[in-house]
Amino acid sequence: MKPVAFELCISADIASAAGILSQNDGDTKIIAGGQSLGPMLNLRLARPDRLVDVAQTPALRKITQTQAFVAFGAATRHAEIEDGKTPDPSCGMMPYVASGIAYRAIRNKGTLGGSLCHADPAADWVTAMTALNATLIITSVGKDTRKTPMVEFMQGAYRTTLEPGEILTSVLVPKYSDKTVWGYYKICRKVGEFADAIVAWVADPTKQYSRIVLGAGSGAPLVLNHLAKELAQTGNIPTLDIIKAELKLHSPDLDQVKNHLFAIALQRCVKGALANE
Amino acid sequence: MSTGIGARVQRKEDRRLLHGQAKFVGDLKFPKLWEAAYVRSPIAHGRIRSVQKPSAYSSQVFIADDLHDVLPIRAESSLPGYKPSDFHSLARDKVRYVGECIAICIAPTRAEAEDIAEQVILDIDPLPAVIDALKAREPQSELLHEDWGDNLFVETSFEGDIETAKRDATVVIEREYKTARQCMNPMEGKGTLSYWDERSNQLVVYTSTQVPHLIRTGISEFLQMDQGQVRVIAPDVGGGFGYKCVLQPEELTVSWVAKKTGRPIRWTEDRREHLVAGANTRQHHYKITAYADNNGKLLGLDADITVDVGAYSVWPFTACLEAAQAGGNLPGPYDIKGYRCNTYSVATNKPSFTPYRGVARPGVCFAMELTIDAIARAVGREPADVRKENLIAGSLMPYTTVTGKFYDSGDYPDSVVQAEKAVNLKGFRIRQAKARKEGRSLGIGFSTFTEQSAHGTKVFAAWGLPLVPGYEQAMVKLTPSGSVEVRSGNHSFGQGLETTIAQMASEWLTVDIKSINVVMGDTGMTPYSTGAYASRGMVMAGGAVSKAAEALSGRIKIHAAHLLQCEPTDIQLKNARAYNGHASVSFSSIAKAWYLRPDQLPDDVDTAGLEVTEGYKPDIDTGVFTYATHAAIVEVDKDTGKVDVQDYVVFEDCGKRVNPLILEGQTYGGAAQGIGTALFEEALYDANGQPLTSTLADYILPGPAELPHFRLSHKETLSPYTRHGIKGVGEGAAIAPGGAILNAINDALQPQKIEINELPATPHKILSALLAGAEAEREIT
Ligand SMILES: Cc1cc2nc3c(=O)[nH]c(=O)nc-3n(C[C@H](O)[C@H](O)[C@H](O)COP(=O)(O)OP(=O)(O)OC[C@H]3O[C@@H](n4cnc5c(N)ncnc54)[C@H](O)[C@@H]3O)c2cc1C
Repeated sequence: MKPVAFELCISADIASAAGILSQNDGDTKIIAGGQSLGPMLNLRLARPDRLVDVAQTPALRKITQTQAFVAFGAATRHAEIEDGKTPDPSCGMMPYVASGIAYRAIRNKGTLGGSLCHADPAADWVTAMTALNATLIITSVGKDTRKTPMVEFMQGAYRTTLEPGEILTSVLVPKYSDKTVWGYYKICRKVGEFADAIVAWVADPTKQYSRIVLGAGSGAPLVLNHLAKELAQTGNIPTLDIIKAELKLHSPDLDQVKNHLFAIALQRCVKGALANE
Repeated sequence: MSTGIGARVQRKEDRRLLHGQAKFVGDLKFPKLWEAAYVRSPIAHGRIRSVQKPSAYSSQVFIADDLHDVLPIRAESSLPGYKPSDFHSLARDKVRYVGECIAICIAPTRAEAEDIAEQVILDIDPLPAVIDALKAREPQSELLHEDWGDNLFVETSFEGDIETAKRDATVVIEREYKTARQCMNPMEGKGTLSYWDERSNQLVVYTSTQVPHLIRTGISEFLQMDQGQVRVIAPDVGGGFGYKCVLQPEELTVSWVAKKTGRPIRWTEDRREHLVAGANTRQHHYKITAYADNNGKLLGLDADITVDVGAYSVWPFTACLEAAQAGGNLPGPYDIKGYRCNTYSVATNKPSFTPYRGVARPGVCFAMELTIDAIARAVGREPADVRKENLIAGSLMPYTTVTGKFYDSGDYPDSVVQAEKAVNLKGFRIRQAKARKEGRSLGIGFSTFTEQSAHGTKVFAAWGLPLVPGYEQAMVKLTPSGSVEVRSGNHSFGQGLETTIAQMASEWLTVDIKSINVVMGDTGMTPYSTGAYASRGMVMAGGAVSKAAEALSGRIKIHAAHLLQCEPTDIQLKNARAYNGHASVSFSSIAKAWYLRPDQLPDDVDTAGLEVTEGYKPDIDTGVFTYATHAAIVEVDKDTGKVDVQDYVVFEDCGKRVNPLILEGQTYGGAAQGIGTALFEEALYDANGQPLTSTLADYILPGPAELPHFRLSHKETLSPYTRHGIKGVGEGAAIAPGGAILNAINDALQPQKIEINELPATPHKILSALLAGAEAEREIT
């Protein structure tokens, strides 16, 4: 389990990273924390000729904020978010989510941007960032920087709208008010392993915002707007039958066990959120 | 403070192990060392048409045709009808499991060796894969070894009287039980490094093994070399559990290539290789009919046991050991008169079955313990009570079981009483009833077993294995500076033997274990031993060290008596000094006199010296039996199927405890592995025999957060047949958790009338059963 030979380029800034990526001699890949790409390299499922290491690139490590957003550099590490070393626009949700990703050794290296670009359906950030309605800033050589909302970014399992040569530079998370209610519930077999079901709920009455997102399905996270709206209006925890019926509409192929796990996770997510309120 | 038998001293070896200063095969450095990578079969079953080496690297790739002077690994057994298999260390003609070695590639680095391996072209005609051991027994099944005519390594039957039980029984319980295929997952995978040493005219093999002397025999036999030309050294070994007690084909091919090329060659197993080619243990199927009376007294047991052996027989333990152990041990600690049992050792397209900690007993204990609880439920009694009444009472000891096992000592029902007290069974039943009213599902489960340890000559001879363990030898020496050196051919691979055998020497010699240097695992430096397996280390190697140390203490006394001008019988040893009343002389002075100043000793000095090699064998060689009861309290989350182990109690009697601290560590570790077996671990295959669990993301091992706080207590019934009354204990704790935890789950789910009879009890299985039950309920109402 050793990777094929590759050239490693440590990039000092976004322009040079983008420059190397735009060369068209062979396959070049970005490496950030290496916690998803590393295993792919070792299993020889990924066989790049060249890796551009952005883990230390200052522009991707920067965190800025405006009135409305916190912009996280794509190479912000899970552990930095967990430890509260970064500003928190999410009333505690982001540190909570970060603390439940994998094991500490992985959180010390793994990055927010790497997780989103890898787009594992069972990953935590893809669900959490969808629930928090994040926006991704993407750049490349010769094209304008583009912005894309998280709900549109992930296209399926391990598929995103990222084009060859593009780099995710930062993730904009809206600032939520202190009236915000959030819940996050994962069902996993073992602490630190990928989840069998994830449900996130974020509701901020000051923004008329309520979103329920299901992760760890077969593709991109599933947004349940109808349930979220009702929940915001009534504050009632939906019954298992209602949730299951709603799920059947969106994903008719779900097997009975998975369907049940999602419904239970959703109830527990909402219960937890309302209990914390 | 004494560091002898019974002392709770920290392990000598931990200093280097915990400071990263241990030396495993992977840490070794040699000039000109090259690394090996294997081309492994990508399919489960097929006929090899050709294997093509990349022309640019033809001198760095070796295939079956190159190894014409290497014999296939073949382990015979004298059991009637046993069919040995030819396990070629590089596949010849056919491949029979995914991961089987086809070619070995060498290069300066592992990555380069893997690059070359990718360029080897395989042309293999696929054949249908034989994956299900029950189907493999059917006449129309595809055959692994065509010349056999079927897929059975061996079939055994034990025909006791079952008719009486059938006639008298008022309760009949029929069940099927299944245990999953597992990988042993030692922290350090397998590793082997070989080179040809011109000076000693020897092949030197560093290998991560529990059984260095056996590997020496195996390598010399299959590479057709004189044993004098083979030296095997097991350096630090990071866990074995049985995985490292058989000869692996890689040990042969690495050695052959090293000899051929004149270069040191190393292969280091990676986790993926382990999870694919090492998925080789635990998979059993049971069909059981139990006959009992209205009180739950077990009258008879009728069983069919099928073991999914995989493609080949391992050397030296053969393909029959597991099933033989299963059939012989199924009645376990119970007083059963009527017993009938058939066992089937079935060839399938999976890696070759290797004995894992507990050997067969985790399976039989699981099947037996679930049966006891099923009987208790059928007669409406507390399972612990039914268990106690069926266990062999202390007053019946020693006891010979229906299958001829000789239980040396102990009080089995008392272990249930003790475990019951520890978990407060009565209090639990009240809590459980209250929780049920709140919709919560709590359950309790018990599991009792015997662990046959240190079984030797007679047991193994009955199976006619290529190697039958008998005695054990050890050397103990007083060095010129008065410290002690112990040499044993057994090995310490995490189970603490390096410390406990030092304690055996310390007991007789009164020298602190800090001043006792232990040398193990090197065939060039230690007396012969068949090695570390079957919970034999403490009894056998410990016994041999004890005997040698006792003899050495006698010799020390002779010289001390001369120096102190008294009789040897006047001498007492204390704190590394010899005393005659108040007069004393230090061991270093005695050693100095012997080694450097013989002029201080009499002319007619006993020249036997301060170095003693002794052999040891217990008074019986049918084994001595440790026993224990485990009890688990679990809560089942009925919404997710997840099981939370809330309390876990172990009550154990392993005779004399040489080091209680190490014993507790062994128990924690074993029980943790047992919980893996009970709730998490399974090597899965698709219909084509492709492994579906080839990384640790798919093959789930329990971590610290999944384990309960284990609570242990002990009792010491000394074995009358071993030195110091010791019984083996290394494997035990891994045996019982499957039974205890599944009984607890089934107890919790009794209101739902759900029984899980399969290991592991994954959340998915439990939830599926619950949802199916709820569905059925809905249809009825
Ligand atoms: C044992 C284990 C358990 C885990 N458990 C969990 C879990 O429970 N939940 C969870 O969410 N995750 C889990 N992970 C994944 C972990 O969170 C990873 O850190 C994360 O998915 C990837 O981040 P990274 O920085 O390591 O990315 P890398 O591995 O470096 O890269 C991942 C992919 O993203 C691309 N990429 C990286 N950065 C950029 C960028 N800025 N622009 C464009 N492309 C980029 C890379 O080219 C690559 O294709 C686990 C990982 C392991 C090994």
